[in-house]
Amino acid sequence: MTDPRSLSPLDLETPDQTFLDANELVINMGPQHPATHGVLRVILRLDGEKVMGLECVIGYLHRGVEKIAENRTYTMFNPYVDRMDYVAAVSNALGYCEAVEKLLSVEAPPRAQYIRVILTELNRMASHQLWLGTHALDIGAITPLFYTFRDREEILKIFEKYCGARLTTHAFRIGGLQYEAYEGFEKDVRDFVSFVKPKIDEYEELLTTNRIWLERTKGVGVISGKDCIALGVTGPVLRASGVQWDLRKAQPYANYKNFDFEIPTGQNGDTYDRYIVRIMEMRQSLRIIEQAVEGIPEGPIMAKVPKVMKPPVGEVYHSIEAPKGELGYFIVSDGSTQPYRVRVRPPSFVNLQALELMCRGQLVADVIAVIGTLDIVLGEVDR
Amino acid sequence: MHDVVQYIQSYLESNQTPGAAGNFFWATVYILLVFVGLSIAVIAMNWLERKILAHMQVRLGPMRVGPHGLLQPIADALKLLLKEDIIPAEADKVVFWVAPFIVVLAAFTVFVVVPFGPTHAITDMNIGILFMLGVSSLSVLGIVTAGWASNSHYPLIGALRSSAQMVSYEVAMGLAVVSVILMTSLNEASTGTLSMIGIVQAQQAQQQWFVFKFFPLGLIGFFIFAVAMVAETNRAPFDLPEAESELTAGFHTEYSGFRWSLFFLAEYSAMIAVSSIAVTLWLGGWLRPFPNALQGPTWDLVFSLIPGLTFLFLAGMAFYSTLRMPKHPLFRVQTIGLAGFGALLGVIGLILFIPGVRLRVQDIFWFSAKVAAFMYLYIWYRGTFPRYRFDQLMKVGWKVLLPTGLALLILTALVAMRGELLADVRGVWRP
Repeated sequence: MTDPRSLSPLDLETPDQTFLDANELVINMGPQHPATHGVLRVILRLDGEKVMGLECVIGYLHRGVEKIAENRTYTMFNPYVDRMDYVAAVSNALGYCEAVEKLLSVEAPPRAQYIRVILTELNRMASHQLWLGTHALDIGAITPLFYTFRDREEILKIFEKYCGARLTTHAFRIGGLQYEAYEGFEKDVRDFVSFVKPKIDEYEELLTTNRIWLERTKGVGVISGKDCIALGVTGPVLRASGVQWDLRKAQPYANYKNFDFEIPTGQNGDTYDRYIVRIMEMRQSLRIIEQAVEGIPEGPIMAKVPKVMKPPVGEVYHSIEAPKGELGYFIVSDGSTQPYRVRVRPPSFVNLQALELMCRGQLVADVIAVIGTLDIVLGEVDR
Repeated sequence: MHDVVQYIQSYLESNQTPGAAGNFFWATVYILLVFVGLSIAVIAMNWLERKILAHMQVRLGPMRVGPHGLLQPIADALKLLLKEDIIPAEADKVVFWVAPFIVVLAAFTVFVVVPFGPTHAITDMNIGILFMLGVSSLSVLGIVTAGWASNSHYPLIGALRSSAQMVSYEVAMGLAVVSVILMTSLNEASTGTLSMIGIVQAQQAQQQWFVFKFFPLGLIGFFIFAVAMVAETNRAPFDLPEAESELTAGFHTEYSGFRWSLFFLAEYSAMIAVSSIAVTLWLGGWLRPFPNALQGPTWDLVFSLIPGLTFLFLAGMAFYSTLRMPKHPLFRVQTIGLAGFGALLGVIGLILFIPGVRLRVQDIFWFSAKVAAFMYLYIWYRGTFPRYRFDQLMKVGWKVLLPTGLALLILTALVAMRGELLADVRGVWRP
């Protein structure tokens, strides 16, 4: 494996030595392309079907979220974070709310913590389901997409009943929750858990031992744990390379330390292992949800936070384990109602760095598989 | 008038295909019938594929245009005809224009020799199967020119993939076909045949479909062909030339409107064509199922009633769906339309019970039913399998199917000639 730091930027002018001295083909994949998961643009340099090098061009979905934060109060910025990783909006909000809470030195009450964990884990599940469907679609299996979207719908229904929104939920408030869990919330969650357990087996039935799926994913886009750490890659991609690193265990936030769950890891760091890790993570999420829903305590859902938030001068970095990896918020406060600077460490953006390393020397079809397996959301990459 | 009736009667008594008999009038009628039938089959296939795939994927599929989306293919065809026909400025215009026609021509011409029944073929050539393989492989020319003429990267890669794929799978396909031709020579005169009708008649004479011949050799040959034919028609899981997630749409990325629909038409008629080859070579063509186990005039009668019963069953399904239609006035037209469709199917079913029609048409029915089973398989594959990668596709073709095909050919030859071989051996040992 080459050291990622030794890779030179893509040189489009001078062609490399190619097989039979054929001309290299430079093709432009995206930003309008069915398999780049949004508006990612990849410039591929091909020798026939073989990828000699590639370069990502990002920024097509840049909305300046971090800059917007400087002109909004802490409360007003909360809905904006939902629009970064829009398939895991709840996780974004959890990270942001906890970061500001840390800055304010308040802590959400236990009841709020439990409901937060349930919603966040449901969202992890939804995010992984969406990933599985689209990833399988990229590799050519069209049916899993409909299975996963059917089941993801049940999660979105719970979100809708809880806060009225399905995708950009804005479910949490700084200091706790805005809404009390609706009547029958616990029953809905329990029903969902028992509904979705056999469905995960169903996805696995379609793919896990499918010969073509194995051939398409085993040994594709291999990345070692060392390279992952060197590049800052986190989340399931890192864990599939054999590094047992999950912020829920490593530096527990919310009340994850109360729950009993495992961190699934892979060994080979290939696309298949990442698939297995995410499937197992779905099961672990269900385990957490089951425990959390049994233990929701009674009590208030909001901590005492001032109406007008003026955090003391200082800075805070808080990171959580989002479905895609480490999602961190670095917030600098100058004592006013608006943050002086907000910097987001998005997992998709950092993980996308590994794309070139994982794709060099592979075939065009593998580039698609690797983009899928990295599980990027362009809203989060570009912000 | 009398002459016309007599003419038709003379035809009905003929036991030759119009092409072989040199009868231009009937040959033209047949060509028109095949063309119309094929177009209807493609339209039906379009609807069925969407519906079946949808039901495999827990959704309903087309439901809006006509009852249960029955008019959807027609709406699509209209849409495609009305769309702007774009020829990219940088494209080679003439080649770009010609390419879809080559593909369609190749896909339709093969039906000249497809035997829907002992006399129901446009013509019977003594090189029938060779002709079919030859003409159907011409379509790769159209695909390559389409990809090249588009003057764009994605179509070019798609065209390269498709040419490599079709050429390599044709080899394995050819080997499987040759093993069948060896089997046809197992008669008293020891003469094999390449004629499509002759191949079916050989199966009739040997009282065995070739898929069961020399078990498991026939089955292996059939399997090789069944895999190769999916690759040959660029369908999932071998749909790399048009791999949507990789190459947007492959070789027809730059095509739009009517020209695009020609590729679509060609793809589906090619699917039907290769399925008919498989049916003819291995599954007894127009012969009815269980010819040996269930033989005798009673069973012949029972089997000749099945076509009519099938259509009556479909009509019953349509009427049942009519009952289940929403009772809202907005759905009245659709309900009436569905009932009309059911009535049409019912009338066809009843016509198929008339003894004269029954005996003439049952061959076509069994042939179509077998082809339809293959069409269902195609849809099933599409709903189940991920896509192969290019190198894996080549590996399957050259390293698995080709050696298996060669071994199969040698084994078939040895088994077919075992009598003579044994005699020779005895002759050497006991001089």
